[in-house]
Amino acid sequence: MAEAKAQKAAGTAAGTGTNRREFLASFPFVTAAWVAMTGALAGVGAATLRFLYPNVLYEPPQQFKIGLPTDFQVGEVSTAFKDRFGVWVVRNDEGFYALITVCTHLGCTPNWLATENKFKCPCHGSGFYSSGINFEGPAPRPLERAAIALADDGQIQVDKSQKYLFEQGGWDDPSSFLPFTA
Amino acid sequence: MIDLLRGFMNWLFEPSIALTLTIVAVWALYRYRRVCTQNKIVGGLIVASPLLFFFFSAFDPNFWIQFKRPDNIPIAGMMFLVVFFTWFALKLAVDNDDRIREGRPPKEADPEEEEKVFVWPDLVYTELLCLLLVSILLVVWSILIPAPLEEPANPQLTPNPSKAPWYFLGLQEILVYFDPWLAGVVIPTFIIIGLMAIPYIDTNEKGNGYYTYEERKSEIFLFQFGFIVLWVFLVFEGTFLRGPNWNFYGPYEYWDPHKLVPLTNINLSEVLWARWLGIGLPSFWLVREFVGIVLMLLYFVALPVWLARGFLRRYYDQMGLMRYVIFSHLLLWMVMIPIKMYLRWTINLKYFVAIPELLFNI
Repeated sequence: MAEAKAQKAAGTAAGTGTNRREFLASFPFVTAAWVAMTGALAGVGAATLRFLYPNVLYEPPQQFKIGLPTDFQVGEVSTAFKDRFGVWVVRNDEGFYALITVCTHLGCTPNWLATENKFKCPCHGSGFYSSGINFEGPAPRPLERAAIALADDGQIQVDKSQKYLFEQGGWDDPSSFLPFTA
Repeated sequence: MIDLLRGFMNWLFEPSIALTLTIVAVWALYRYRRVCTQNKIVGGLIVASPLLFFFFSAFDPNFWIQFKRPDNIPIAGMMFLVVFFTWFALKLAVDNDDRIREGRPPKEADPEEEEKVFVWPDLVYTELLCLLLVSILLVVWSILIPAPLEEPANPQLTPNPSKAPWYFLGLQEILVYFDPWLAGVVIPTFIIIGLMAIPYIDTNEKGNGYYTYEERKSEIFLFQFGFIVLWVFLVFEGTFLRGPNWNFYGPYEYWDPHKLVPLTNINLSEVLWARWLGIGLPSFWLVREFVGIVLMLLYFVALPVWLARGFLRRYYDQMGLMRYVIFSHLLLWMVMIPIKMYLRWTINLKYFVAIPELLFNI
């Protein structure tokens, strides 16, 4: 303590009238520090909030055209649109329907096994017929169907924003099925 | 000869047989604990059994494919650790049970057996050595067997099979047999709450601070049933027996993604109305699921009452109503898991009560 006092006294004596402490205090360093810290914290907070939102969003279009009705063969389960749009298009004897590629158990993407003639989920083994009806494994309800219709240019148009659930009677809705008309 | 052995082992690891064998093995270990822990040959065989299994199985090319995967190696190590420490704790318990029967205190409380060491240097040196050895082991391991990094995730492509992290494989297995909200939310909550509730349900102070088996037989067996059968076994099964399309494969079977397993599930209501009565399902769910609802009420309401008067009477008297209700329901939920597994494996039964209209399935 005594040493510090002596230094302070020496500073005043040797200086030009103001000591170092007073010189420094004349600048608003403390204010600047508070501003800087607040700014830094706000920046970190903003960056954290930004981090909660994804950089890339995987959002395939909800409405899309998949080609002419004659492009599909009877009895075929088309997996061509699985990667791009997330639907399987099935052509049965009477027409078309689009199944959404989300397992109704916990949301994995099942595989179409053509040789076994079924959809099979790799996560917990749920199995679905080509109609979408669940018959094996834990899935509690059938796959969901998307709205399907003919566009003006003759192509088939699928609308995934409209979903039809079997257990709610949705498959009886005419929009869930597109009859084939030659 | 070797093919015959392979076929026999694959048969042995069929889920219903393997689960039964695991339950019997845990039961036999505790029932014949004296032979298992004090006979050097039997004890050595038990401790070495996981090592022998993995060593000889590794010669099989199909088993080797799965065994050498970087995420599966620690599971094999865990099997050895679980068997060894279960056996070792039982050995200490049997020794103490003998001492208690002779009227002596358990080894941990016996002043003659007391072994005290200094924190410094004895304990701290041991800890330092452990720290160094484990660090070296982990560094060498991570260099020799790199972590399995995969390509970036694709929402339209689920790997086949898609496996949970090893510690969740038991839950993933339960998800096969129960409705997602039961297996994904209710049962995990019951597991966590049930583990936390153990000290409040089991207030027997015997065994605090020392190993014993005879002073708390059913408690230890019950816990080991939940841990070894319903957790460790399911982790093993999920790691080595579940393959593409989440089908079962024998340990020495090739994981053929086109293996065809007939698994057409039926609900109890379908068995009753369509198969036995032959008149088709009633449309109203309450009528349709009536038998299943009654069965579940019998299981979850009448069975605890009946057990309180008979088999579990001693527990009911000790615990009182509230704690007995909690205990019996945790127990019934735990037993429900193997019941549903056996029914699915044997008769493909899916749900006792299936009301998809209300998103309610058991």
